[in-house]
Amino acid sequence: MLGDRRAVLVSSVSTIVFFVVLGAAIFLAPGSREVAHDFFSFEAMREALVGTNTTPSVLSSFWLNVRMFLVAEVFILVLALVIAVIRQMPGPALFPLRLVAVIYTDFFRGVPLLLVIYIMGFGIPGLAIPGISDRSPVVLGVAALVLSYSAYVAEVYRAGIESVHESQVIGARSLGLSRWQSMRFVVLPQAVRRVIPPLLNDFISLQKDTALVAVLGPIEAARAAAIYGSDRFNYSSFVVAALLFILLTIPLARFTDHLVARDRKRRRGGAMA
Amino acid sequence: MSAEPLLRLESVDKSFDANHVLRGIDLDVAPHEVVCLIGPSGSGKSTLLRCINLIEPLDGGRVILEGEEISARGVDQDAIRQRIGIVFQAFNLFPHMTVLENITLAPVRVLGKERAAARSEAEKLLGRFDLADKRDEYPDRLSGGQQQRTAIVRALAMQPRLMLLDEITSALDPELVAEVLILVRELAKQGMTMVIATHEMGFARDIADRVVFLDEGRILEQGAPDRIFTAPQQPRTQQFLQRIIAAGRL
Repeated sequence: MLGDRRAVLVSSVSTIVFFVVLGAAIFLAPGSREVAHDFFSFEAMREALVGTNTTPSVLSSFWLNVRMFLVAEVFILVLALVIAVIRQMPGPALFPLRLVAVIYTDFFRGVPLLLVIYIMGFGIPGLAIPGISDRSPVVLGVAALVLSYSAYVAEVYRAGIESVHESQVIGARSLGLSRWQSMRFVVLPQAVRRVIPPLLNDFISLQKDTALVAVLGPIEAARAAAIYGSDRFNYSSFVVAALLFILLTIPLARFTDHLVARDRKRRRGGAMA
Repeated sequence: MSAEPLLRLESVDKSFDANHVLRGIDLDVAPHEVVCLIGPSGSGKSTLLRCINLIEPLDGGRVILEGEEISARGVDQDAIRQRIGIVFQAFNLFPHMTVLENITLAPVRVLGKERAAARSEAEKLLGRFDLADKRDEYPDRLSGGQQQRTAIVRALAMQPRLMLLDEITSALDPELVAEVLILVRELAKQGMTMVIATHEMGFARDIADRVVFLDEGRILEQGAPDRIFTAPQQPRTQQFLQRIIAAGRL
């Protein structure tokens, strides 16, 4: 135990020393005063956060990021699951569907998200389809996020599905469950539990990528920060926007850790303690 | 044995690629009969059981359950499997479900029973097999013997006409084998028709109405347990039993 405490002490001290040195290096840099003023001005941060007469509030613009994320997330979870399940369905009759699913994932994983957003945002309105083309840029941007991320998340699901041992399916089928029921009640619940951490990883990434929708015009947090920056020649607004994104992702990360730990504890319970 | 057989196998044939596992198996199982399949590893015991409940598709031959050819094209296999319970060596319990959920899943989803009714039936079965206090546990927290008994209860909850047991004690620690075998004896006493693949020769001798010796995908000989174990006719059977005796398993 004494050794443990010593190790903690040594690692704590060395970590603190590292960051003190790093901080000093930044503080003593020739341009440090300018950077401190341009990027870490408390007053500018406050202004950017609540907004001014000429610049939008970064905080209320961030609400748009949150909404885009929440809506996209729901659609991604569903669409990706459909794609993953289609890819796992056997039988020659379903070959065309499987092929579509494979092409879909290959295509949307291969195209940069930014291009998908451009193509959707400018291409769909150009098609002039009533009811679809007249959607707002936010809707088209979210649709682009859904299309792109579903390809990734489908692969995450698929890895989870494949990790469930064949004997589980045999156990289910031999009780008279159909192929679909075995998938629905036996394979998917286990698969989804196993992929919660990688899913979360993709969703943290999604939260940040909502900022890319700004290229279609909507004023979300990063765009609002940029407006403040060019209006006041002070970029503390970017730091504020960055902090908001961090504040959003950390609770999600901790929540997932909690879910994983709870599931493990429930299944292994006192036996392992 | 004049009654119509509950199960009839006619020249059942099965290969995995170049490996010819079953070479024309003919077997009748009468209602309430307990048939033990014995034979060396790789003789086709497990495959035969899996062919009976159609988990493995046949390459040739027919499987007839209660007069109906279930191996025929166009038969609803899911419906057939409701009537045949199978228990595996590795239990195949669902780790994300409690004992009770494992047992009620198929009655609720397949038979369409009310959840409450399925639960109370499951609890009755659990009580009968001394598992009542485990109903809310997850399988990972049970001993191997408890897991295997749960798997048997899960199969019984579908009220099958026939039970297939695939080396159900092979994955258990020796001291846990007895509790599972006691349960199987109980089922036999109640008249459950069973086909049992096993390496437990003492158990087979004790419980079986008939013992079937399988070797290289063929039935080499079959008969009453006393005759098979004391006076086997085939040299291969004699050899197999001698090895078993030498290993102290009989």
